[in-house]
Amino acid sequence: MILAPVAAIGRSTLGGLAALGRIAIFLVATLSAAIRPPFYYREFLQALWVIGYNSLPVVALTALFTGGALALQIYEGGARFNASQVVPSIVAIGMVRELGPVLGGLMVAARVASSIAAEIGTMKVTEQIDALVTLSTDPMRYLTVPRVLAATIALPVLVAVGDSIGILGGYLVGTGRLDLNAAAYLKTTVDYLTLWDVTSGLIKGAVFGFIVALVGCYFGMNSARGAQGVGRATKSAVVTASVMILASNYLLTELFFSA
Amino acid sequence: MIELLGLHKSFGANRVLRGVDLTVPRGESMVVIGGSGTGKSVLLKCILGLVKPDAGTIRIDGQDAASLDRDAFLARFGMLFQGGALFDSLTVWQNVAFRLLRGPGKRPKAEAREIAIEKLRRVGLKPETADQFPAELSGGMQKRVGLARAIAAEPEIIFFDEPTTGLDPIMAGVINQLIREIVVEMGATAITITHDMTSVRAIADDVAMLHDGVIQWTGPVKDMDTAPDPYLQQFIHGRAEGPIASVR
Repeated sequence: MILAPVAAIGRSTLGGLAALGRIAIFLVATLSAAIRPPFYYREFLQALWVIGYNSLPVVALTALFTGGALALQIYEGGARFNASQVVPSIVAIGMVRELGPVLGGLMVAARVASSIAAEIGTMKVTEQIDALVTLSTDPMRYLTVPRVLAATIALPVLVAVGDSIGILGGYLVGTGRLDLNAAAYLKTTVDYLTLWDVTSGLIKGAVFGFIVALVGCYFGMNSARGAQGVGRATKSAVVTASVMILASNYLLTELFFSA
Repeated sequence: MIELLGLHKSFGANRVLRGVDLTVPRGESMVVIGGSGTGKSVLLKCILGLVKPDAGTIRIDGQDAASLDRDAFLARFGMLFQGGALFDSLTVWQNVAFRLLRGPGKRPKAEAREIAIEKLRRVGLKPETADQFPAELSGGMQKRVGLARAIAAEPEIIFFDEPTTGLDPIMAGVINQLIREIVVEMGATAITITHDMTSVRAIADDVAMLHDGVIQWTGPVKDMDTAPDPYLQQFIHGRAEGPIASVR
């Protein structure tokens, strides 16, 4: 009786670890399928369009508002010790190192992991995955590999666009609302930003893209029967991808920036 | 020829197949009947390798299916799924020509489209249907497209999973007739699973009844009505009383 809550924590921890193990096995199967022909170019290009191009508006809007809010916060916080001039550099570093990739990854997780899980889950419950097999087509190569590859390539591009628009958001608020000098703002942004700041963010973006599509495909392929099964797969895909993005973001930050 | 020897399959504690033995001679149309949940679909999926049997042997023309090259093995099969299982994102002709557009037997796009339109015509669909999407078609038309896809690559063996489920009686009759005609003209070996007795009489050369995980009765369709097996008689006459009800 007293141990019941502890047992519940133990059960959910073991369940979570088992799910992580199954995703790891799915990852190995995906990589193994990716290095063997055939490669489905049409499906890859279609996935690139759906995951990359169609996610541009949501990533851009998120970055724009975040950049603006960041400028306001830093200006307000910096004013307490006469350091309002750090707004451009902190907005830039904050966007390209952390907020660009993480918020971009989370927005794409919400938009793409859910749609991949729902699409593949529906294909599973309507026997379209079985139909693929009977038509001599490996579902891993036809469905998973193109989506994972497309997301891994598309997300760094989305992050780059998001970074630029986030910095623009900071610039618009900084110069329009906080009366910072436009030329000085741009100069400070460029001076303080290093190539590694940008590159590390783009690498994070690639990792997050890989996670989003892999997790979406995994939950879709393992969806239970019926509308409820697909709904659960979709929800699990978004939650798992989001948590994995945040956890891997910490690990990558530790790897890239710890002294 | 398809031979199933001692096929077993369980899902957890649920023992679905408990030693299925069945032989389908080359060019014959076998219909497997049985109640819902008796494992008819699992049987087909075991043969295709979509579900791995726990025990037993599947032989195709005397060769163990497990030892055959998977792609070459699957290339010999066509399957009509219960719900059609058409790919929503592809047009009707791309669905029908799916195998012809990919893999070792890949054909040029124009030729694959020609073949697809020819197969659509064979199942009674107009060429205009070719550029529509599956969601734009009625249930009966989707079944026909599924049938056209199953026969597009001229397979030696065709499986039909509940081909008339969800169709009105007239459309069901049309699909039954099409299946019979196509199987005869292609000389294909066919296994159909159904619980629709009209389908059985229209499609079958031989009938096998699956019950309690084993083949309860098998024989030519002409012997079905006079066979003394009480399970078979209860099933084909749809009686509420009988050994099947008592088992349940």
